[in-house]
Amino acid sequence: MKRLFPAPWLSLALWLLWLVLNLSISPGNLLLGAALGFCAPLMMRKLRPQRIHIRRPGVILRLILMVGRDVVVSNLAVAWGVLNAGRRQPRSRFIKVPLDLRDAHGLAALSMVCTVVPGTVWSELALDRSILLMHVWDLDDEAQFIQHFKITYERPLMEIFE
Amino acid sequence: MSPLLSNAIVLTLFLFSLAMVFTLIRLFKGPSAQDRVLALDYLYIVAMLMMLTLGIRYSSDTYFEAALLIALFGFVGSFALAKFLLRGEVIE
Amino acid sequence: MNAQLSLWVEIPVAILLVLSGLFALIGAIGLVRMKDYFQRMHPPALASTLGAWCVALASIICFSALKSGPVLHAWLIPILLSITVPVTTLLLARAALFRKRMAGDNVPAEVSSRRTESGS
Repeated sequence: MKRLFPAPWLSLALWLLWLVLNLSISPGNLLLGAALGFCAPLMMRKLRPQRIHIRRPGVILRLILMVGRDVVVSNLAVAWGVLNAGRRQPRSRFIKVPLDLRDAHGLAALSMVCTVVPGTVWSELALDRSILLMHVWDLDDEAQFIQHFKITYERPLMEIFE
Repeated sequence: MSPLLSNAIVLTLFLFSLAMVFTLIRLFKGPSAQDRVLALDYLYIVAMLMMLTLGIRYSSDTYFEAALLIALFGFVGSFALAKFLLRGEVIE
Repeated sequence: MNAQLSLWVEIPVAILLVLSGLFALIGAIGLVRMKDYFQRMHPPALASTLGAWCVALASIICFSALKSGPVLHAWLIPILLSITVPVTTLLLARAALFRKRMAGDNVPAEVSSRRTESGS
């Protein structure tokens, strides 16, 4: 089973992707999608350097909801900041965030989350993965921002990947 | 299609075109190379949103596929340009 | 497809479309208006997150009402964008940092080079 399906989640996602793209659940499409989901991970197995261990699907769902809410909130904040820039320039600057997360996949997910949320851009990661350089759109209190970042994004990712 | 929705779609397309004009200003003016790449990337995204809106206007699935293609090509193009800037060969 | 949409479908679709147009426009204004390059990196995220979500939601509502069944393929666009846009943005940020450091502008030093930090 492990040899036939090296990445069961990837297979499932590819199968669903095929069905959604074709907008049909006819037997032919079900079979083609299943073939794609079966073959693609087998061919890609050599490319994957490390295995992923994902735990706690409930935490993933909560993280996605949290990120969705933060995206909406910070979208409005950035939009307001752009429209208001004539009167008050946003206090943008770089900050350094100390990281506890070491897992490569977790860091990749963290960089995705951090860049998808408008108002923060992941700029550079230290080679030993201990410090992250980040550009923030409008920073009020540095310590508070770092704490919020670590609690809402980093800790759930540590629970999921480590 | 009622006048409400078709007018809203025309307004949306107008807003998207205005956004594209502003982006073009940045693309032509942009002091540094990374500004131009950023503006080009944004141009791709707005064009893709425009395609989706046109898909609603003509209630056709074909525009969705065009939008997917634009998104993919935009990603590959901006990725290659950004990677080229990162290698530092532009500044000798 | 000649099916007529009811007014209760058209109103949310129209509102969502105009909202996404506004977000794209604000993003472009920010792209032109902001002074610093790193500040200009933030506004484009408006169109690729909330702008794209709104259009995709409008498209889902519209097509689901037309075909009287869930038509979810427009969600692939936000998912695709949320995977591809961070990659481009991250590379652009690193490229800008690299180029600005080479040009000697006022940007933070490399975070990984401990030796130069302690040496200077």
